[in-house]
Amino acid sequence: MTVSASTSLVERLGERFKQALQESSDFRGDLSIVVDPASLVAVARYLKDEEGFDYLLYATAVDWPARDPRFSVIWEVRSLENKTRIRIKTTATMPEPHVPSLTSVWPATNWHERETWDLFGIKFDGHPDLRRLLMPESWEGHPLRKDYVSFGEPVIFSDQKLEGLEPDAIRG
Amino acid sequence: MAETRITQEQFGPGPEQMPFGPEHEPPSEWMELNMGPQHPSTHGVLRVRLKLDGEIVRDADADVGYLHTGFEKSFEDKTYTQGITFSDRMDYLAPPINNVGFVAAVEKLMELEVPPRAQAIRVLMMELARIASHELWLGTAGLDLGVYSGFFYAWRDRELVLDLNEAYSGVRMMTSFTRVGGVAWDLPEGWLEQLQRFIDVMPSRIDDFEAMLSDNPIWHQRLKGVGVLSRQDAIEAGVTGPMLRASGVDYDVRKAFPYCGYEQYDFEVPLGTAGDCYDRYRLRVQEMRESLKILQQVLDTLPGGPWLTSDRKVALPPRSELSKSMESVIHHFRLVSEGFKGPVGDVYAFVESPRGELGFYLVSDGTNKPYRMKVRPPSFCNLQPLRQLVKGVLVADVIAIMGSMDFILGDVDR
Repeated sequence: MTVSASTSLVERLGERFKQALQESSDFRGDLSIVVDPASLVAVARYLKDEEGFDYLLYATAVDWPARDPRFSVIWEVRSLENKTRIRIKTTATMPEPHVPSLTSVWPATNWHERETWDLFGIKFDGHPDLRRLLMPESWEGHPLRKDYVSFGEPVIFSDQKLEGLEPDAIRG
Repeated sequence: MAETRITQEQFGPGPEQMPFGPEHEPPSEWMELNMGPQHPSTHGVLRVRLKLDGEIVRDADADVGYLHTGFEKSFEDKTYTQGITFSDRMDYLAPPINNVGFVAAVEKLMELEVPPRAQAIRVLMMELARIASHELWLGTAGLDLGVYSGFFYAWRDRELVLDLNEAYSGVRMMTSFTRVGGVAWDLPEGWLEQLQRFIDVMPSRIDDFEAMLSDNPIWHQRLKGVGVLSRQDAIEAGVTGPMLRASGVDYDVRKAFPYCGYEQYDFEVPLGTAGDCYDRYRLRVQEMRESLKILQQVLDTLPGGPWLTSDRKVALPPRSELSKSMESVIHHFRLVSEGFKGPVGDVYAFVESPRGELGFYLVSDGTNKPYRMKVRPPSFCNLQPLRQLVKGVLVADVIAIMGSMDFILGDVDR
């Protein structure tokens, strides 16, 4: 039953938003759609108002350095009434990745988007308060990007010369 | 607590003096008060910047991230089996539930069947963790409001759960007892008797608590009508778990999307009506009783059989096979040296933690490690509406409201 219900949801979305709905998939029972960033807010608004997806679960991103567009930005929402879930994906390109914010549709996405900005460096246009959330405001870089090295502290071995290096440079 | 008087000039943007929101320009007589990061009522390291007009809170900004440990990044460097030990260090007050949530995501990706006995053991550990977590919450939330004796009772009772954890997994808190496809060990001898004693003794202990608090006029004054979240606001704000149910939303993952065989057990999901701090208290106490009911049912119907899947591609073979079967040795070597690979795809699996829906969004690129592991922490979602909840209340109520939210900073920051 769930499969047919979700299929028809995709059909309804396809009819309404045509090319803006770039892709849809059903993997292990998880329904995902890929939406053109330009129509993202409209699709989200439709899903909330007409299809009853009232509860935001999370928002995040995935970094695919080899792909273009590089980032996949994800919101997952649930309808508490119908017990269904849908994952909304969109894309963001380098060098200044940005996507529309969905805070106007689901206010609960506020912190999730701030976290995504903080850890991935993706800007959310229209977000009311886009500050870093987990890292300090003065932090450089975005830790969850794949090119951000987990353990990037330079190591100076005892046989290496330290001349010309300031103590700060050694610590990295 | 450090306090500073702020003026218009000082309130410019910058790392130290960030505005809370663009619409807020405070009158110069308002005072900014730093609550935390080291403050007993924040139950961890949370800094809340309060803007005060006398005793009344005009605005608040929660500054999280002091316990940010980069677990999501670390998951990407470890195989699926190694990742289990990260999962219980996030929400350190209900580790078994995090363990189960993590492996549930991997099992969903791999389409694995979990043997019934493993599922029952998981339910036992999860419900024990729920009781322990609620006990700890009762103790510390009471402590914030001046109920000192309650804290000692709560910790005494929680200790019983930790003893059971230790008897089963060897560790009091970070159990890491799940494996992909089951659990690591069978229940040890005498454990079920110990559990039965726990189930027998707990109702009277909860009664003691209720006798102390439920009709206590001070407890009522401090909690009733404080921190009210309406049904609609609760959904909009994305809160979860007891906070959502206290506002009257009937949503519990164990009922709505049963996992680990929860559909076999008979239990109620208590709901609140007022959505205030008192409802959240009452709900958690009732949930402890319901958890005891589940524990008794699992104990009575505990199935036999294996506790780990026989799929040798993901689960280690039993030690006895290693001396007999070359194939088992090969599987053992492969699993220990490089783990197993998952198919390409992304899944979201979720369980009900004491704080609400704990979800794991797993992206796999076909290797033996998660390409991305996003945790949907319930505490994070419950802490987010702090700002709207404390606007216009007295400073003392902030303590009560934060206490009633039951957030764990390790879970918020990961």
